[in-house]
Parts: sequence; structure tokens; C-alpha cells
Amino acid sequence: MELYSRRRLTNWLIIGLSVAATAFGLLWLVLVLSTLLINGIGAISLSLFTQMTPPPGSSGGLLNAIAGSLVMTVIATLIGTPTGILAGTFLAEYARGSRLGEAVRFVNDILLSAPSIIIGLFVYEVMVVRMGHFSAWAGAVALAIITIPVIVRTTEDMLRLVPSALREAAAALGAPKWKVVVMVTYRAAAQGMMTGVLLAVARISGETAPLLFTALNNQFWSSDLNGPMANLPVVIFQFAMSPYVDWQVLAWGGALLITASILVLNITARLLTAWSSFKQ
Amino acid sequence: MAADTAIGRRQAATGRHGAFGDMAFHALTVLFAVLVLLVLGGVIVSLIVGALPALQHFGFGFLVTEAWNPVTENFGALAPVYGTLVTSAIAMLVGIPVAFGVALFITELCPNWLKRPLSTMIELLAAIPSIIYGIWGLFVLAPFVQEHIEPALIGTLGAIPGFGMLFAGPPLGIGVLTAGFILAIMVLPFISSVMRDVFETVPAVLRESTYALGATTTEVVWRVVLPYTRVGVFGGILLGLGRALGETMAVTFVIGNSHHIHASILQPGTTISAALANEFTEAVGDLYLSSLIALGLILFVITFVVLALAKLLLIRLERQAGR
Repeated sequence: MELYSRRRLTNWLIIGLSVAATAFGLLWLVLVLSTLLINGIGAISLSLFTQMTPPPGSSGGLLNAIAGSLVMTVIATLIGTPTGILAGTFLAEYARGSRLGEAVRFVNDILLSAPSIIIGLFVYEVMVVRMGHFSAWAGAVALAIITIPVIVRTTEDMLRLVPSALREAAAALGAPKWKVVVMVTYRAAAQGMMTGVLLAVARISGETAPLLFTALNNQFWSSDLNGPMANLPVVIFQFAMSPYVDWQVLAWGGALLITASILVLNITARLLTAWSSFKQ
Repeated sequence: MAADTAIGRRQAATGRHGAFGDMAFHALTVLFAVLVLLVLGGVIVSLIVGALPALQHFGFGFLVTEAWNPVTENFGALAPVYGTLVTSAIAMLVGIPVAFGVALFITELCPNWLKRPLSTMIELLAAIPSIIYGIWGLFVLAPFVQEHIEPALIGTLGAIPGFGMLFAGPPLGIGVLTAGFILAIMVLPFISSVMRDVFETVPAVLRESTYALGATTTEVVWRVVLPYTRVGVFGGILLGLGRALGETMAVTFVIGNSHHIHASILQPGTTISAALANEFTEAVGDLYLSSLIALGLILFVITFVVLALAKLLLIRLERQAGR
């Protein structure tokens, strides 16, 4: 009986620790989000969206940074989405068992977890050094490279979920394979692939490290894609590290803005997945 | 023969037409798939080319020199490499047990209706960008650590002879320990979601038969689930380690950026990625820039090895589960 109670005691102890670990994990989510809300909400005002980043000591907003981030994210998504979808299509539809397929899948998974700062260095070497100056193009390309592995992975996974019977039925009607893929498989997997794109956008909205070496920053409004361009993450980095209180407040405001949009993107993506699996 | 009839001719024509479309589309997907390979190849080549001047100038000594002096142009990678390894070690030490606890709770204990929301919330930790952890770490966590945690550590563990060296010095709040702790929170969702996924691959029969023998939940996990999934669990840990090694912004905010190696983990240090983020755009001189790129190359090699190993282990597990 003594053995039994000792075993039971260990069991309760481990269960207790496991519950504590879960609470510990959730605690950080709550802590980070709540401090963000408390510090950031004061900075959210109309001027945040209508004024440029100020010099220290005067008031201003984040308009140029928000615009710059949007521009670079859109260009990156426009480059990354077709690339990722086509490469993912290759993996799911053409590469079953092939050497090239396995190599691409392996490399893609490495890129998925590779440090983003390395991607920044790569684009710096290839674009910034060649062009002789920092530019929004380079920033967008760096972000695009980060979106590609995310989109490749989800596209492949989602296409694999499409039942083979659908493909076979289309092929039996005489459709060539490319038509089967584009008009049948893509349509069946559209929601899932959309999820991948949303997750990729969420991933790059907060990326800072690669932009430091590529788009750098710009204190002023800029519509020149060939020059440095302001963007939210780098502005937050610069302002938060500064000793000026006004700048720190703006940094919190920007941080809240980024986190809120990322959480919205993530939750939309999850709802989309839940909805498409419910429909099936 | 069939090609002579009208229908046959049309079929042959559309066949050829379809064949062309097929070939073009196939070629297009191959092209973009190869592009993925080229990106990795490009990363490797550009890092080596960029790092070459520094590596030629300093030779192997670059890896084992602590000096980092932009004025005399004397650079060594020892301090950032050391900082990268130590912060990641702290992250693993804290992160692995917590991730295991979370995965255990979600797979074995938690009621079904709670599984999904709980997993989602833990995974949202991974969605929060690095810079947010950084700003939070700088303004909230570091002052808290400085006032409450570090004095306690110095008072208790710091008093132990020998071992206490790790906890010597004034409580600064900013330093290796705080950076490692933030990393632990950041890698937690990655490790725990892999653990959860591999725990769920254990056949229900195995679990149930062990319970039927009278085992407690702890014993089921320890004697059946963990041995069955140990390859996958190890893969998940390596995946988290890969993340911790390359994490940049969060660490840059709280590590203090000092190119000196201190025995104490309470003191400031630096990591490869923090050094890059801080110094790259301000680096003047080709040798300085090249030394920073050489740091990037070292980081890439370390993370590549860790991530490749993780991937190979997880592939092995998939095959095992498939059979």
C-alpha cells in the first residue's frame, strides 16, 4: 500500500507541475498583451495616423512608417505568393518520390526556421551592395524571401488534402493535368492556401532584423522605392532604444498596432481553416 | 489510323496542345521549386564571399579571439559565439521542461473542449513578433528581474563557492540571464507544439493497455509515450534550439551588447545576431563589415546543422509512423 500511495503522490506532483507549466506559458501571453495594451493605448490617436515621425522633443505620428510597412508588405506578398504557390504545387503534384522534390522540401523547411537576420545579410550583399544604397526594393525582397517557405509549406499541405478522386474525375473527362491543377485542385484548396498567405503576411509584418540591412529607415515621407523607406518595426526599434519619452510612447503605439494586426491575421487564418474543415 | 478521322485528328491536336500546356506548367513549377534551392545556395555563397576578407585576415584565430576593437580593426568571434550558446542554453533549460508540461497537459489531462483554444493561445506566443518581446523585455521584464529576481539569486546561489561565480556582480536587469529567459518564452510554443503533435501519434492501444495494467498518468507518459516518441521530442527540441540561436531583436534589446565574456550570467554580453543588428549599419571599414558577415556565416552554419538534424529526426519519425 505504501508503494501505491507513493506512486499516486508522484502522479499528482507531475500533474500539478504540468498544470503549473501551462499556466506559466499562458501568463506570459497575458502579461505581454496587457502591458502592450496599457502602454500603447495612450499613444493611439488620430495624429498617430496623420503625422510623420517627429524629431525628439516634438509631437508627431507614424504615418510614414505605417505607409512604408504597408508598401513593402504588399510588394513582398506579390512576389512571394506566386513563387510559393508554384513551388508548393510542384511538391504536391509533380514531385511524389522524386529526388528534387525531397531536396526542395528539406531546404524549404530549413529556410522556414532559418534566422531572418541571415536573409537580411543575403539581400544586403546581393542588392544593397550592388545598388550602392539601401532601398525599399531590397526590404521588400528580403520580406518576400521570408514569406516563400511559409507559403510553399501550406500550399503543399493543403493540396495534399484534396482527395485524389477529384483529380481522377477531372482527368477522366479529358482535362490535361495543368487544367486539373489550376481549375480543380486549386479551387478545392483555395481557402487553405489563402490561410498560408495570411500567415506569411503576419510573419513579415513584425520582421525587423532583415529590414535593418535593407530598407533601413527614413525620417520623412518617401514614395521612392529606390531609396531608404521608413517602416514600423525599425522605427519601433530606434524609438524604444532612445532616451526620449515621446519617442518611447510612439514606439509603444506602433508595437500595439503591429501586434493587433498580426493577431487579427492569425485569428482570421485559423477561422478560415476551421470553416473549410467544417464545410468538408 | 485513328488520326485520319476528324475526331482522331482533333484529339491528337488537343492532345498535343494539352501536352504543351502540361509541359509549360510543369516546367514553371519546377522553375520556382529550384528557385527555393537557389535562395539557400545564394545565402551560402554570399555569406562566404562577404566573410572571406575577414577570414583571410584573421584566419582560424577569428573563432577563438575575444577582442572586438573597431578602432584598431582587431576582431574575434569568441564573445558573440559564447553569448549565443549561453543564452540558447538558458532558453533550453527553462523552455524544455515548461514545453513538456504544456504538451503533457494538452494531450493527457485537458478536457477535449479546452484542447483547441489552449493550443491556439500557446501558439499565439509564437505569432507575437520578436521586436514586441524586445520592447516588453526592456521596459517591463528587465526592471522586474533587476529588482526582484537578481538580488535573490545573488543572495542565495551567488553565495555558493565556485558555482556562485555564475551569479556574481551587481543586479543590472539587462544581461545574459534576461535574454535567455525571453528566448525561453519565445521557443516554448515551437517545442510544445511539436511535442504535442508527436505525443498524439502514440497509438491509443498502447496507452490504454498501460492504463489497464494499473499505471498512473505519469507512468504512462514516462514509460510508454516518451520512449515511443523520443526521436520526435528530440527533433522538436532541436527546432526550438534553432530558433533560439538565431533570434535577434528580443535579445538585442535586453542583452547589453558587451563584447566581453563574463563568467556571471547576470552581466551584459552579446550574441551574433545582436552584434549584427547593433553594429552592421554603423560599421565603417571593409574589415569591420566583413567580420560582421563572418559572424553571420558562423551563425548560419550552427543553425543549419541544428535545423538539418531536427528535420532528419522528424522525417525518420514520419516514416516510422507511416509504416
